[in-house]
Amino acid sequence: MSVHTFTLDGQPVAGAAGETILEVATEQGVSIPTLCHLDGLSSVGACRLCVVEVAGRPRPQPACITPVEEGMEVVTRSEELDEWRATVVEMLFVERNHICSICVANGDCELQDLAVDLGVDHFELPAMSPRLEIDSSHRLFAIDHNRCVLCTRCVRVCDEIEGAHTWDVMGRGIDARVVSDLGTPWGASPTCTSCGKCVQVCPTGALFEKGRAVGEGAKERRPFLPYLRRHGAGTR
Amino acid sequence: MAGEGRRGAPAAEPRRRLKNLVPPGPVRATAAVCEAASCLSAGAGEVHAGLVDGVGVRGLTDVAVKRVGCLGLCAAGPLVAVLETDRLHRGVSGADLTAVLDDLATADAASGMAEPDPFFARQVRIVTENLGRIDPESIDDYVAAGGYTALERALTELDPAAVLAEVTASGLRGRGGAGYPTGLKWRTAVKAAGADRYVICNADEGDPGAFMDRSVLESDPHRVLEGMALAAYAVGARKGYVYCRAEYPLALSRLRTAIRQAQRAGWLGEDIAESRFSFTVEVRVGAGAFVCGEETALIASIEGGRGTPKPRPPYPGMSGLRGAPTVINNVETLAAVPAIIRNGGAWYASTGTATSKGTKVFALAGRVRNTGLIEVPMGTTLREIVYGIGGGVVDDRPLKAVQTGGPSGGCLPASHLDMPVDYESLVEAGSIMGSGGLIVLDDRACMVDVARFYMEFCREESCGKCIPCRVGTTQASTLLTAITSGSATPRHLADLERLGEMMGAMSLCGLGQTAPNPVFSTLRYFRDEYRAHIEDRTCPAGVCAMAGTSSHPAVAGP
Repeated sequence: MSVHTFTLDGQPVAGAAGETILEVATEQGVSIPTLCHLDGLSSVGACRLCVVEVAGRPRPQPACITPVEEGMEVVTRSEELDEWRATVVEMLFVERNHICSICVANGDCELQDLAVDLGVDHFELPAMSPRLEIDSSHRLFAIDHNRCVLCTRCVRVCDEIEGAHTWDVMGRGIDARVVSDLGTPWGASPTCTSCGKCVQVCPTGALFEKGRAVGEGAKERRPFLPYLRRHGAGTR
Repeated sequence: MAGEGRRGAPAAEPRRRLKNLVPPGPVRATAAVCEAASCLSAGAGEVHAGLVDGVGVRGLTDVAVKRVGCLGLCAAGPLVAVLETDRLHRGVSGADLTAVLDDLATADAASGMAEPDPFFARQVRIVTENLGRIDPESIDDYVAAGGYTALERALTELDPAAVLAEVTASGLRGRGGAGYPTGLKWRTAVKAAGADRYVICNADEGDPGAFMDRSVLESDPHRVLEGMALAAYAVGARKGYVYCRAEYPLALSRLRTAIRQAQRAGWLGEDIAESRFSFTVEVRVGAGAFVCGEETALIASIEGGRGTPKPRPPYPGMSGLRGAPTVINNVETLAAVPAIIRNGGAWYASTGTATSKGTKVFALAGRVRNTGLIEVPMGTTLREIVYGIGGGVVDDRPLKAVQTGGPSGGCLPASHLDMPVDYESLVEAGSIMGSGGLIVLDDRACMVDVARFYMEFCREESCGKCIPCRVGTTQASTLLTAITSGSATPRHLADLERLGEMMGAMSLCGLGQTAPNPVFSTLRYFRDEYRAHIEDRTCPAGVCAMAGTSSHPAVAGP
């Protein structure tokens, strides 16, 4: 397999053909914020947080899905990128109802961490405050759409690792929702195996185990994902 | 009763199949009844039935009546053309066909051509050459007009590389809007590794006010199939798909008819024209998502998945449908290919400008006299299109702006009327070529309201996959609504510009990346109107119901 050399924030680095910018950056200890990406799952390039500047390309490219190329010049941080990433996080917060002080994931939430890392300490965009459902029909778990960021990690882990494909997305635009079995209540889902993988990969408190109170939703990191091998370098 | 039905109200009859009237002997005059969607909705069916009956009553045994596709001047439908003299009858009423029948009684090829209307005289028709001439439901008509000769020539005289070379030499660029060189796109698919290859025709036309693809499919569906077969031959594909939106039932039905006929005639299927080339076409119907016109979303939809885009690269030419190299072209692009192969790439490249070759089909709409379908050489000025061909603004009002490129495009002010229409000039002026929707706005249009309309369109059509588009279009709509309702502050405008820049740079696909374009172009040319809405709380065009003005007394401010 061929190897490409390129520069990452000015430093010469090498990456195998097929590796992504994010993989090489992680290996180099260069931190790029991510949200929808999770090692071990397919990448979708949806959250746009990991975008980096690549010389010669008209707009930033998602590092999680862009393969390295010979001679490419990648910049992972700039004033503009910082601002736009912060705006992404701001948009995620104002889109739904993320109130940390009453959230089960408080203290163990990737959205919260991103806000801290990117310096999002207030919102300029108006909060949209939608009224959203909570489906607590499942025996063990519940989903609170108020806290969902539509990263689709749950959809992918259920499809790619568990093989159940209980979760998918319905609706479009601002009305898009994660749904179980074409809109069947989670508790009545004939395909859900109650494995809990979706809960474990959820970056926020949208999917959580019942019986846990505020701040008690820490993920157990059960070893079902290859991501545990490398976990800790690029993500928290 | 039968006689009464004839003269009275044929429209009230259950939708009867309209048969062409073909006289037994030589034809002296042919009445071509436009039966594309817009004329049909204006009563072309009645006209057709009435003409068949009227010709019979008058005993005109050498007159033919046939259905044709779009005659172009959609504003004046139902339209009937007498093919031998090119005389066009406008606004024909099924209840009174005397004028048309009188014309048919005397017209013949010797009676001379009618004075051509400037609407037609100033057009150059390549893609639309058969529109209004042939019966879209008859493969014989298409073949009689030279149809499938390009495919036959390619299969018998040219190897795939030669077909590709002609298309490359023609300089043809994607007519869906982005203007990517078609030859390069095909070449990519040829060079990409893969056992299977596919050709997809993108007929998911969704821009408000755009109807080029619909008109071509409704009027000359075989041409699109021939273009697809040529593309397939050039890149080595055996299977093609037409992805057409469900909102185009007539286009879909004529396309399906055409596929059936082409299969029966051996222009699709195994061993076409006794060559070893095989190609089949399947129709896939869209389910009402604008974003499925984006190529990766379209492919996901054909694969049976949720119609959401994927980041590119990889481009479909390298890895598209089911991971195979896929050529995906717009209807108009593919419809240009048969003419290129028939006449050569150099012939096509002789029309147009240095970087934009050939012709472009536009759907002329809005406050223009001659609403309709036109085809002009690239580089034609907006003035020529709007005033020369379009006949000017309705009621001779002043022109305020021309909107091109739909929700991804922008509004060009009257000062740009002498700008040539080509890919580069439009981008430089802050708009895009787009698929060909061209909407004329007069002085009664509020540009902020226009921007709001397009942003709301994008909000409704955002798939929701990436956050900059999902939340950005929603927030921008809210900001624009605040401006058009008179409750905005200068801060709203600053936020809007900040959001627009962020969406443009950060969105995953073209929908979100270009969604701010109508805002940016109206800000560039009509910032004063935004200021009037925000600072003076007035809408200069009188369109927006501003809080505090007399139009909304209930919410009048202090």
